[in-house]
Amino acid sequence: MIAAAYTTPSVLVFATSALLILVGAIGVIAVKNPVHAALCLIMTLIGVAVAFVAQSADFLAAVQIIVYAGAIVVLFLFVIMFLGVDRREHIHFEPLVGQRAFAAVGVAITVGGLIALMAKSHWVSGATSVTTKLSAGSGNVHELGTAVFTTYLFAFEATAALLIIAVVGAVLLARRERPIQSEKEA
Amino acid sequence: MNVPAAWYLVLAAGLFGIGAFGLLTRRSALIMFMCIELMLNAVNLTFVTFSRTLNDISGQAIVFFVMVVAAAEVTVGLGIVVSVFRRRSSTSVDELSELKG
Repeated sequence: MIAAAYTTPSVLVFATSALLILVGAIGVIAVKNPVHAALCLIMTLIGVAVAFVAQSADFLAAVQIIVYAGAIVVLFLFVIMFLGVDRREHIHFEPLVGQRAFAAVGVAITVGGLIALMAKSHWVSGATSVTTKLSAGSGNVHELGTAVFTTYLFAFEATAALLIIAVVGAVLLARRERPIQSEKEA
Repeated sequence: MNVPAAWYLVLAAGLFGIGAFGLLTRRSALIMFMCIELMLNAVNLTFVTFSRTLNDISGQAIVFFVMVVAAAEVTVGLGIVVSVFRRRSSTSVDELSELKG
């Protein structure tokens, strides 16, 4: 019935991305070893990239792989290795009584509410194509570049400042204590 | 024809729920950061889906900015995790209880 209404390839792509996303996400919260959690996170990120490609967000899919799977997860793995914190956490230990049940109920209410809203109402009510129309393939990159460097130019420049501040902050936070002494030694 | 937008929205809601559950139940600061990444990705997926539905590039531009902010957040957050670990040799958030009355 579903395959009759929509073309089979798009259903297959959706099923693939949904499988990658959900299995990876459950892996992140269920495995004990942080290294395995980071690898499950890569699986989820690749699933999201597949969903991006299926919805003609080609540039974002590439950025998803390069920045998220390439840089952020490597940063996670670097910190895990640097600290040597793998195989530490007791996953079944509950410091707050009933915490897991309360979390499950709260999450179920939130997700159920979202899905119920979606089923009851027509969510997409705004005007279409306010900024620029979408187009598939390389036109997508062109349009995204135009939007970022014209409509969102101020926000783009602000992200440059944000990244510099974040890098300086991270260096200050993570540097060794007594840097003056180490300078003398060097 | 592509699959309806509602499928991707339900998928994103599920991903957000899994991330929120992990954030509420896990104790390691590193795993909690990963759960925040899961939730950010769920929101990104929603933005891209609405961008397709409304046939508008703005949603994708916003996702681009969300990715930049996520990168900055992870950089600073992991810096904090490293400096906390230096002081107390643990990344468990339960042990950070100096402000407990």
